[in-house]
Amino acid sequence: MNDYCLTRSALSYLAPIVAVVACLGPQLLARSDDASPEEIGLKIALEARERGNGFGNFSARQTMVLRNKQGKESRRQLRVRVLEVPGDGDKSMFVFDEPRDVKGTAFLIHAHTDKADGQWLYLPALKRVKRISSSNRSGSFMGSEFAYEDMSAQEVERFTYRYLRDEPCGELTCTVSERVPVDKKSGYRRQLVWQDKDEFRVWKVEYYDRKDSHLKTLTLENYEQYLDRFWQAGEMTMVNHLTGKSTVLTWTDYQFRTKLNDRDFTRTGLQRVR
Amino acid sequence: MLLGFVLRCAPLGAAWILVSVCLVGVQAEIVRREFSGRLSVESRWHPQSAAYAGQRSHASGFFAEPTLYLEDHGGRSLNLVPFFRYDAADPRRTHADLREAYLLLFGQVGNDEWELRLGVDRVFWGVTESRHLVNIVNQIDLVEHPYKEPKLGQPMAHLTFSGDWGTAEVFGLTYHRGRTFPGRFGRLRFPFVVDNDRVAYESDAKQWHLDVAGRYSRSFGPLDLGMSVFDGTSRDPFLILDPDRTDEPALVPYYEQIRQFGLDAQLTAGSWLFKLEAIRRTGARNLLGAEEDYSASSFGGEYTFYSVSGSAVDLTLLSEWNYDGRRQYATNIFQNDFFLAARIAFNDIQSTEILTSILRDADSAGQVLTLELNRRISDQWSLRLEAIALRGIDQADLIFVTRRDSFVELSLVYNF
Repeated sequence: MNDYCLTRSALSYLAPIVAVVACLGPQLLARSDDASPEEIGLKIALEARERGNGFGNFSARQTMVLRNKQGKESRRQLRVRVLEVPGDGDKSMFVFDEPRDVKGTAFLIHAHTDKADGQWLYLPALKRVKRISSSNRSGSFMGSEFAYEDMSAQEVERFTYRYLRDEPCGELTCTVSERVPVDKKSGYRRQLVWQDKDEFRVWKVEYYDRKDSHLKTLTLENYEQYLDRFWQAGEMTMVNHLTGKSTVLTWTDYQFRTKLNDRDFTRTGLQRVR
Repeated sequence: MLLGFVLRCAPLGAAWILVSVCLVGVQAEIVRREFSGRLSVESRWHPQSAAYAGQRSHASGFFAEPTLYLEDHGGRSLNLVPFFRYDAADPRRTHADLREAYLLLFGQVGNDEWELRLGVDRVFWGVTESRHLVNIVNQIDLVEHPYKEPKLGQPMAHLTFSGDWGTAEVFGLTYHRGRTFPGRFGRLRFPFVVDNDRVAYESDAKQWHLDVAGRYSRSFGPLDLGMSVFDGTSRDPFLILDPDRTDEPALVPYYEQIRQFGLDAQLTAGSWLFKLEAIRRTGARNLLGAEEDYSASSFGGEYTFYSVSGSAVDLTLLSEWNYDGRRQYATNIFQNDFFLAARIAFNDIQSTEILTSILRDADSAGQVLTLELNRRISDQWSLRLEAIALRGIDQADLIFVTRRDSFVELSLVYNF
């Protein structure tokens, strides 16, 4: 228990307020009898969000390797830019490099916490920007095992939470919580999330489909810390248990607090991106 | 007076800016250099015998569209997209074009942003699928495709301002591009060939007339709205039978001076997209050759069924209605036409997609049916199959001249 608090203290000079909350929060939650599992679950989610706040913006490269049951592979390469929007969902942009027939295609998302997201697609061959429906939550992203809802920001407001238990995960101790999507169009009935108690990093997510059968499992590895504060997974593996297919998503070239600003995430900015 | 002078000098000014910026660009350090593009080998087959002498039933060929992109450390960039098509059947379809060749600069003014594109570019306005009514900046490269409206590059200065209040764009356009038309050996043409060498203009400045355009667009939550205006040389030619040709009749394209106001809107509500495009055009001639101001519209909806019965397949259904106030005197086939289409996206690794549509004339019984299949076969190669069938086209229909020109086309595309 003391170690737990020491880790927090080490961080405290960077973000004193966060550190205090973090130090007191989980212990109180885990120990307190009057906090319901729902309250604890929500507090874990809020704490994880708090720790992710303040990054400003970042850009990174993503490589996706799609593998079918027979082991045949196919590759996707894209660049991601994310802009933090205080008080609302983030703005993000995906630019495709591979496969080559979709090179230059760009996808802009304005995520919202209280209303439908805005989504625009730029098609370079036609030089056309198309506003597209954001209802496609459960559809596959680029033929991968990641659904659109897995790729978009996991805003706290999009789920209801319930803390289940603590259990060891590797050398760490993880909380296991259940989260239920609020959106009726979600492809999932529920998800189980493993987060370590030190840094609230997500290590594993189990996805259960509408019929409550275990559809997919996401595991996250190679965490690295940026700006001495933000933890980002370097590799995410999604396995589909029904089809035997899997997708490995690798993140590289992380750059935080770049020159990106609000004007890069507009329709005009979308048409300019390369 | 002063405005007129400024406008007349604008192309010269634009050219000067272009040259000076180019010089700066050469000195600047290039931090990103990209060469990409596509090559396509195609074969088109018309199952029905030709309606007019000389027309071929087979057309094979290829096109190349490479792209060069250069960017300096300040984000300034240069885009170059030349295009070349070779067609073994029709020498008039063999053509080259500069699709894009522009410099892009942008920056901040307070909370707002400006962007300037100088050079040759393509611009797309609009939301509907069956036709692109408000989209007027570029000329149609008709020999490329009879309905899809691929565009020729247009020299322009394009200035954009955007902020929380919306996006305002102004365009200065000069050097009018003539529409491309098939030659004697080509299908999908009139009984007489269009002679582009004898092109005529209403303006004394001919193709050098300075056309101006503007657009304001803004998103209000689920509603995307655009308003546009264009004043200058029409992109749609009025075709006149050449009086000087006595040996073999030919058509001469004539381009009027027009003014067009456009409106485009899309409402995105759940799985529904509702779309509207409308224009008011003055100064253009109708089918009888008389000047007639008119309005035209295109509107409809699109609904997508995502992950159909638990599979990865998405099915989109579209319906649009096209109307032209000139009705039987309209100079296009969309005088009163109903469009229905279905798009099936398999969302597999090969991104297999099928698109099928029917355009039905409400005044006659004419139908245009299309079927298109796209599939990626490797990271760099993809395959495309397209079929267009013209059915029940009667003599009153504008496309009566192409009634025997249904076709099937197979393309193998290499993307690099």
